Amino acid sequence: MRKNLDMFFTFFKIGLFTFGGGYAMLPMLEKEIIEKKHWSTDDEIMNYYAIAQCTPGIIAVNVATFVGYVQTGVIGGIICTLGAISPSLIIITLIASVLTNFQEILIVQHALVGIRLAVCVLMTSSIVKLYKGNVKDLITASIFIGALILAYFTDISTVYLVVAAGITGVIIYNLKISKEEVRK
Amino acid sequence: MNILLQLIFEFFKTGLFAVGGGLATIPFLEEMIAKYGWFTADTLSTMIAVSESTPGPIGINMATYVGYITAGLPGSIVATLALVTPSIIIICIISKMLTKFQESKLVKGIFYGIRPAVVGFILSACVSIFLLTLFNVGAFQSSKNILDLFNLTNIALFAIVYVVYKKAKLNPIIVIVICAFLGILLEL
Repeated sequence: MRKNLDMFFTFFKIGLFTFGGGYAMLPMLEKEIIEKKHWSTDDEIMNYYAIAQCTPGIIAVNVATFVGYVQTGVIGGIICTLGAISPSLIIITLIASVLTNFQEILIVQHALVGIRLAVCVLMTSSIVKLYKGNVKDLITASIFIGALILAYFTDISTVYLVVAAGITGVIIYNLKISKEEVRK
Repeated sequence: MNILLQLIFEFFKTGLFAVGGGLATIPFLEEMIAKYGWFTADTLSTMIAVSESTPGPIGINMATYVGYITAGLPGSIVATLALVTPSIIIICIISKMLTKFQESKLVKGIFYGIRPAVVGFILSACVSIFLLTLFNVGAFQSSKNILDLFNLTNIALFAIVYVVYKKAKLNPIIVIVICAFLGILLEL
């Protein structure tokens, strides 16, 4: 029970400070889930993002469900998701009912530019870290560059790109392993 | 049919078929406009803008917004819960299988290939916010002066905040709060 409450509030906090899509959650996940609580590792979070990318649903919710499920099963998955979506429910309901001109308030506009700057800083730091952790040789570097270019410049669905990267991964990884076995 | 049931049905469907994150729900929202007329295309663009500039994942914010303007508070709650239900079911099943097979060569190979691609996707998703915040593409296009391309104030702030964040190992939440105040104080 205490663990479940802890998970709810941790994801509530993460949801409250996520500005943008599911990726904007990443710096907070690194700090709260990986460093502080040790509920996941860097590699696991990357795996979750990879799967979240090609399964239906909101990426942030998929990742929250993963983290929760691994901790305390289905209940954990539900609790982390509810934690992550509660801030949205409260804030958007307030904005839609009371603060209908929310974005036109000058002070809000200035604060949002500041927050965008923060998101740039946090995402740069996360991307540098992820790059170091996951791009280790020529092959992974080629996959990284290929995915970046195709995702940014074309309309090809990331689902296909994920599948293509996965197939490439299986072939190369198994070739590598068999090479190492031959050497031994 | 009761409007709440309609909301549940539509958002469950969206959660089940929108692959690739919050912005992938937009076509489904457009379909709701055509089918039920719950809101207008103008409202949809306001909703997208508000969802991007308020805390919380964009997809969730939009579901809450549509639910609220369609059927008030009960609407926002059922729309949001309906949207996330398929995810919870699907991810719990996948997670169960994953823990079973994560040591297999096949699964390790798949992730060996996918992880660097995901880093690429994340960078690609951030390009637009980098361009918007650190550069003035519009001003450059009209003046053709290379100096106008860079938003020097923001680039300087970016560098300072980045160094402080890394050196002091700040919590990301603190960085967001500080930058929001900087935005207000410096009228960015």
